[in-house]
Amino acid sequence: MPITSHITSVPVSVDEDKCIAHKGCTVCVDVCPLDVLAIDFIKGKAYMQFDECWYCMPCEKDCPTGAIHVDIPYLLR
Amino acid sequence: METHIQTVDVLVIGGGTAGPMAAVKAKEANPALRVLLLEKANVKRSGAISMGMDGLNNAVVPGFATPEQYVKEITTANDGIVNQKTVMANAQNSYAMIEELNDWGVRFEKDETGDYAMRKVHHMGTYVLPMPEGHDIKKVLYRRLKRTRVEITNRLVATRLLTAADGSIAGAMAFDCRSGDFHVIRAKAVVLATGAAGRLGLPASGYLFGTYENPTNAGDGYSMAYHAGAELSGIECFQINPLIKDYNGPACAYVTGPFGGYTTNNKGERFIECDYWSGQMMMEFYRELQGGDGPVFLKLDHLAEETISTIETILHTNERPSRGRFHEGRGTDYREQMVEMHISEIGLCSGHSASGVWVDENGQTTVPGLHAAGDLACVPHNYMLGAFVYGKLAGESSARYCASHELPPLDEAQVELERQRVWAPLGRSDGLPPGQVEYKLRRMVNDYLQPPKVTRKMEIGLQRFEEIRKDLDRMSARNAHELMRAMEVHAIRDCAEMAARASLFRTESRWGLYHYRVDHPQSNDADWFVHVQLQKKDGAMSCFKRPIEPYIVALDEEEKTAYQRLRINKEEPQHANHLAHH
Repeated sequence: MPITSHITSVPVSVDEDKCIAHKGCTVCVDVCPLDVLAIDFIKGKAYMQFDECWYCMPCEKDCPTGAIHVDIPYLLR
Repeated sequence: METHIQTVDVLVIGGGTAGPMAAVKAKEANPALRVLLLEKANVKRSGAISMGMDGLNNAVVPGFATPEQYVKEITTANDGIVNQKTVMANAQNSYAMIEELNDWGVRFEKDETGDYAMRKVHHMGTYVLPMPEGHDIKKVLYRRLKRTRVEITNRLVATRLLTAADGSIAGAMAFDCRSGDFHVIRAKAVVLATGAAGRLGLPASGYLFGTYENPTNAGDGYSMAYHAGAELSGIECFQINPLIKDYNGPACAYVTGPFGGYTTNNKGERFIECDYWSGQMMMEFYRELQGGDGPVFLKLDHLAEETISTIETILHTNERPSRGRFHEGRGTDYREQMVEMHISEIGLCSGHSASGVWVDENGQTTVPGLHAAGDLACVPHNYMLGAFVYGKLAGESSARYCASHELPPLDEAQVELERQRVWAPLGRSDGLPPGQVEYKLRRMVNDYLQPPKVTRKMEIGLQRFEEIRKDLDRMSARNAHELMRAMEVHAIRDCAEMAARASLFRTESRWGLYHYRVDHPQSNDADWFVHVQLQKKDGAMSCFKRPIEPYIVALDEEEKTAYQRLRINKEEPQHANHLAHH
């Protein structure tokens, strides 16, 4: 079956200057109920891998360095 | 990918609200038992209360309400279709549970004398206990789990229950949503606490995860209970909620009502006298939206500054804290603008309505050894406090069950069949993306099942759901995460079919909008003062009537119809006066 991928704006943004994933931190990935965050191991930074967000905010609240910002998904904004 | 087999005494599936309580209580009942809490996400932040909760909606506190009054209120709110014994068990254990949570460190609002600061939101009695600092509740639960030494596994997605040759429970099967590994957990007793079927209808925004319920709660437990042969009940009594339009979260009238906030139409006028969620309330809400007096709003702009600040602090730090961010984006300030509300897509959730796995007053389902608690278990309107109470009852009952039952032998055939079903999407390189199948399925749920319910539409819906059943075997997953979404679509499809079949079976209208059948617009107690049960028979969904147990708390005629008189009718002032004493 032919498929394509489409570009989508995701609600969770990561301030890479503040993110300490390169030091082994995975808090945001751990607490996400929908398991949509991941660590980019080349950059050593967290990012939103899947656009499946409940805008619930544990990732932002529990991040030890304040690197995460949760926006309301564009379709709901 | 590997297969792991382990054995425990009590397996609790779902680490949100009821699940942690069940695990703690099973372990406390007998510390020698191996109790495993299995969670699809992470117990620290999972389930409906991942960011806490702003209050108890159904607290029975001495001096404010009695268990008998509460049973009457819920019997009436659920149009008489309740097993009062289950509601009574909730009410009788309510106060002790509040006291225990208070001892554990959950902070409830208290007055200057140290008593619980109860508020009236329901139509008749006083049952709401605010928790303005309720954002820590998951931390409190987690500490308790650690203290009682409950074993925890995160990121395991349960897909089917294991049953023994005699039909009793034998454990469950799951997969790891990161590695794809298959897990077999053998157990003497299982507690299902997997929450609502919250990803059933498609939100008006079109965003699959923009749901009222935590979208992790995709109806997995409803599907698992069904396939294990358990009876489900009240599936046709849908969950439909009045929510902030587009945001699709609560506004929340239970919090704002006691402060003086209320629901209005586009003229700024009240049209319902009680903001407690019921099918009858939703019917009035729907009529206002359809009748030209919509949109419907939550009105706070008449309140004093300090009151609004208090409301903001509660609403923007608890349950759905991103509410504040949504309002900011829309330029909505409670001081200046009313909050635009809308009616949600459908879901199944006994926490708010009545759809769930049938349980007795100990949380025991019709499958021996299988218990259910929380939003998933049919104890009407049981909310968060009911989830804790039934978590406790189910946990303790599971511990007792273990004392008198041996571990059933493992049925290798069940394991092999399920492992093939679960791993299949990973083996298909050329298939349908799970997200696309889910979107179409849930759009069909809106098209054919959203009330008002029309017989012909629901029949077409069933045909479409059968067609989508074939698509399930064409889905492919590129990784274990997509596999989780694919297996959730299986559960959502089961829930959609259950919702259609149970709704078609009950040929009357009941519960206001929740089961408003255009072809059968009247309620009919002669034929339908019964529970509608749904069960797997000969591999297919079968519906049947279950008589209502004799009431243990009698209702007079005035009480029985109280929830039928929610509308404020300006043309009949004497009628409005008549209602004033409520």
